[in-house]
Amino acid sequence: MKNKIAILISSIVFALSSTQAVKSESITLGWAAWDPANALVELSKDFTAQTGIEVNFEFVPWPNFADRMLNELNNKGKTFDLLIGDSQWIGGGATYGHYVKLNDFFDKEGISMNDFSDATVYAYSTWPKGSENYYALPAMGDALAWAYRKDWFDRPELNSEFKAKHGYDLGVPKNWDQLYDMCTFFQGREIDGQVRYGAAINTERGSEGITMGVTAAMYAWGMEYENPNKPYDMEGYFNAPNVVEALEFYRKMYEDCAPPGHSDAYMVANLDAYKSGQVAFQMNWYAFWPGVSKEDADGRVTGFFANPSQKVSAATLGGQGISVVNYSDKKDLALQYIKWFAQPDVQQKWWDLGGYSCHKDVLGSPDFVNSAVYAQGFLDSMGIVKDFWQEPTFVELMLPMQEHVHDYVVNGKGSAQEALDKIIEEWVEVFEADGKL
Amino acid sequence: MVDISRSPTESSGFSRKLAALIIIVYAVVTLIPITWIILTGFKSVTSSITYPPEVFFEPSLEGYVNLFTTRTRQSQEYLEALPPPETWYEELVRSREMVIAGPSKFFGRYANSLIIGFGATFLSVFLGALAAYAFSRFKIPLKDDLMFFILSTRMFPPIAVAVPIFIMYRKIGLGDTHLGMIILYTVVNLSLAVWLLKGFMDEIPREYEEAAMIDGYTRMGAFFKIVLPQATTGIAATAIFCMIFSWNEYAFAVLLTQFNAQTAPPFIPTIIGEGGQDWSAIGAGTTLFLIPVMIFTVVLRKHLLRGITFGAVRK
Amino acid sequence: MKKKILHKAKGLSDRAVAWIFITPTLLLLLAINIYPLIYAVSMSFTNFYANKLGKEIKWVGLKNYVKILGKEAIWERMQITASFMFWTLLLQAIIGLGLALLLNKKFKGNELLTTLIVLPMMLSPAVVGVFWTYLYNPQVGLFNYIVNFFYDFGPFDMIGSSTLAPWAIVIVDTWMWTPFTMLICLAGLRSIPNYLYEAAEVDRANRLQQFIYITLPSVLPFLLLALLFRGIENFKMFDMVVELTSGGPGSATELASIQLKREAFEKWKTGYSSAYAVILFVTIFGFGNVYVKVMNKIKDR
Repeated sequence: MKNKIAILISSIVFALSSTQAVKSESITLGWAAWDPANALVELSKDFTAQTGIEVNFEFVPWPNFADRMLNELNNKGKTFDLLIGDSQWIGGGATYGHYVKLNDFFDKEGISMNDFSDATVYAYSTWPKGSENYYALPAMGDALAWAYRKDWFDRPELNSEFKAKHGYDLGVPKNWDQLYDMCTFFQGREIDGQVRYGAAINTERGSEGITMGVTAAMYAWGMEYENPNKPYDMEGYFNAPNVVEALEFYRKMYEDCAPPGHSDAYMVANLDAYKSGQVAFQMNWYAFWPGVSKEDADGRVTGFFANPSQKVSAATLGGQGISVVNYSDKKDLALQYIKWFAQPDVQQKWWDLGGYSCHKDVLGSPDFVNSAVYAQGFLDSMGIVKDFWQEPTFVELMLPMQEHVHDYVVNGKGSAQEALDKIIEEWVEVFEADGKL
Repeated sequence: MVDISRSPTESSGFSRKLAALIIIVYAVVTLIPITWIILTGFKSVTSSITYPPEVFFEPSLEGYVNLFTTRTRQSQEYLEALPPPETWYEELVRSREMVIAGPSKFFGRYANSLIIGFGATFLSVFLGALAAYAFSRFKIPLKDDLMFFILSTRMFPPIAVAVPIFIMYRKIGLGDTHLGMIILYTVVNLSLAVWLLKGFMDEIPREYEEAAMIDGYTRMGAFFKIVLPQATTGIAATAIFCMIFSWNEYAFAVLLTQFNAQTAPPFIPTIIGEGGQDWSAIGAGTTLFLIPVMIFTVVLRKHLLRGITFGAVRK
Repeated sequence: MKKKILHKAKGLSDRAVAWIFITPTLLLLLAINIYPLIYAVSMSFTNFYANKLGKEIKWVGLKNYVKILGKEAIWERMQITASFMFWTLLLQAIIGLGLALLLNKKFKGNELLTTLIVLPMMLSPAVVGVFWTYLYNPQVGLFNYIVNFFYDFGPFDMIGSSTLAPWAIVIVDTWMWTPFTMLICLAGLRSIPNYLYEAAEVDRANRLQQFIYITLPSVLPFLLLALLFRGIENFKMFDMVVELTSGGPGSATELASIQLKREAFEKWKTGYSSAYAVILFVTIFGFGNVYVKVMNKIKDR
């Protein structure tokens, strides 16, 4: 009996160890589980066909993406050879040695960062910001934008009712005030026998959701995180009156325009609320627009627009660069993938399949703007993007922002000013502990 | 031991009926959530999000198909150009304007739950039985203190010890491995195993082993050949409790595993993140995950009380 | 393999056998429980970050403790945890005892019903949290539908509203764990010897007096034991609430261990979070000890 158990155990152990020993000519790539990831699987088939190197994928759903991947990096895990990590991770990836520095490789292979759009190189590849130290190749350009129910807007009876009330036509909102007018117009309105609501906006608490939503408003109100002349000096910038106003506005949007139960929502929940016909607007990443427009072949239902301006034009940056993980045993194969991925024709196919290329040849080609209804908006947005802190301590900075903004916007606790003051207070602590202040 | 057929005071027929009625109502109410989630597993995605909630619906296996596959949405033209679906599940997915991209991670996570669960259960029951026997039969200095110490380890908040374990595992390469999780769950279960098994072994008369030892068995021989077979019921009950714990555990799994060794509990919630508010798939995954535990509960019902109180209360 | 062990074991004294049997268990507990705890305590006096490997670790004395105890946010979480514990324990004590009293009247199908009622507590708390988000969904959720069926409150959001969310977690925990107190109380009731009631009958004590002077005092130690177990578990509560509300809205349901997880595994403030963990550990151990003393006193009476 005991012998049998021993055999059983040893066979289990053997089976486990043999599954862990991956074939030598294969690499594993990690990313978030979303539409573009499926496009990348499709695209990578060419790589395997050309080189014989298998690419395995491990996609993590967004709510756990940062948690799991950063745990993996901190664990010095060898699961991944390549990682398409979020833009804010670049500081930590570089500083703590998770990512391989790519400068020598780029020089050797003749890959020039000048071939990629400047905003994306700055955002996805460099650390310290704006230096010529590259830790990633821009892989997926992205920004926060909006989709709206064009079919409802096109209904004459709705438009005339709206015009009578607000004095202008229903259409792409020119600023956040107009957006608010339109959202409240649809809030609680019955269309085709179903009650509809204004807008599905980001309110998620657990990872980065509400921050990625509220900053869309803050940037449009001209928010700066810090004194441009004195880094990490945030008092009077991040809690300036315009930022307070933006935060208050976002809460108004949540209270007056969100569908019921939209208190912990991010990408997927927004997408669902929109697809099921609950809302007139949704806020989301460009990454999802190919999927949304695929279901709307003749373009009658949905329209897209870039983040509206208020005091200035700005948009929240999304998107990722692709990096080689320092703990990998197969860095050479991983680099081979990057080399392949950087080629202009691969980049073109990447865009055609539904990924957002950052290559200037793709973005600058005369056909680009007409290749998709949201292409122009994407170009416009990428020119005005701003990102959250990319400091190595970005999670420490993100958590207080998530907490206090959610506490104010969804929970209704305290005032906007208090929320911002509290965030700064905790940020100062983080920068002090990190030796930046 | 109390004879449960005896009731403290003879209640009248009416009050007994009333009690039965209230208990039945409570049982029905308390089972609604579980029943509902099992039913949801057999709904189509659209029927899972209708209001008012549908009690009668056309059964569909969409949730189960979604649970075991990953899918990509495709345009009408793309779908029309494809060869006709070969299987019923492909057909189902196509009818939702999607194609199957590959298997999901559910099977692997479920298998991890089984491997880690069985591994940890075997180890903790084996080690626990040894220790329990020693505590039950021998004079051990500071016995009570040791027993209390073993119990107190169960009080540690998992998060409090998770960071040091994370760092330790990182150093010795046990992070995100099956072995690491088996060791961890073994340790968490040991206190339960020792306490429960000690109780069971106390109930086995010493005379049996003493007689065996007179017949020429060594102490160890007597333990393996005489005591262990006598304790089969207790060992089985203990094993099931350990299994349920490992099966349900979430905090350590979510903090110490990322990919290789992740079990099902951290996976099931992520179904929402991946394919939209796919409650049917959640229902399907939950059902498959809960069924073993429900069966175990029925099997265990006689020992339940003892298990949940670490042997402090024996009916 | 076994033969070898047996052969070797021949002639081993009982003492040797005892230690051979106990040592593996003790060693494992030391390695995976005690060592981490000591490590956590020693880290709690430093500014260590487990994700910043190159960084020099500095001894900071009691600074982490002072910082935590002086932080309003920490006290808020403690309050949230305390009120969660208070309401869950209260409800579980009342309902659990009530159910036990009813079940103690023998009726047909008693055992089957007990097994059915017990089911929720055997489930995985994380999975329970997930499927309750569905039941609580304000648009399609069964919970909201049933509540509005009996009394029309109009739309309400159990998870999104700051006043309702704390109740949302209390309800789920109570649903899940009432059977636990019920089972233990039932054992208590069944341990009351019949002659006590017979003696009371002789003394012409009425039903209410019997309940107050016999039933309650006998069942109380069992109830207290059940609450001790539940108290310890709910103080550590993490999985169910994380999956149900992830601490939100804002921080309305962010229990102490959820905050600890964020400090330890998201911010990676290892030193700081170790101090927090030690504080939580001392709190639960302190309360646990006092509680056990009180419980024993009650038992003796």
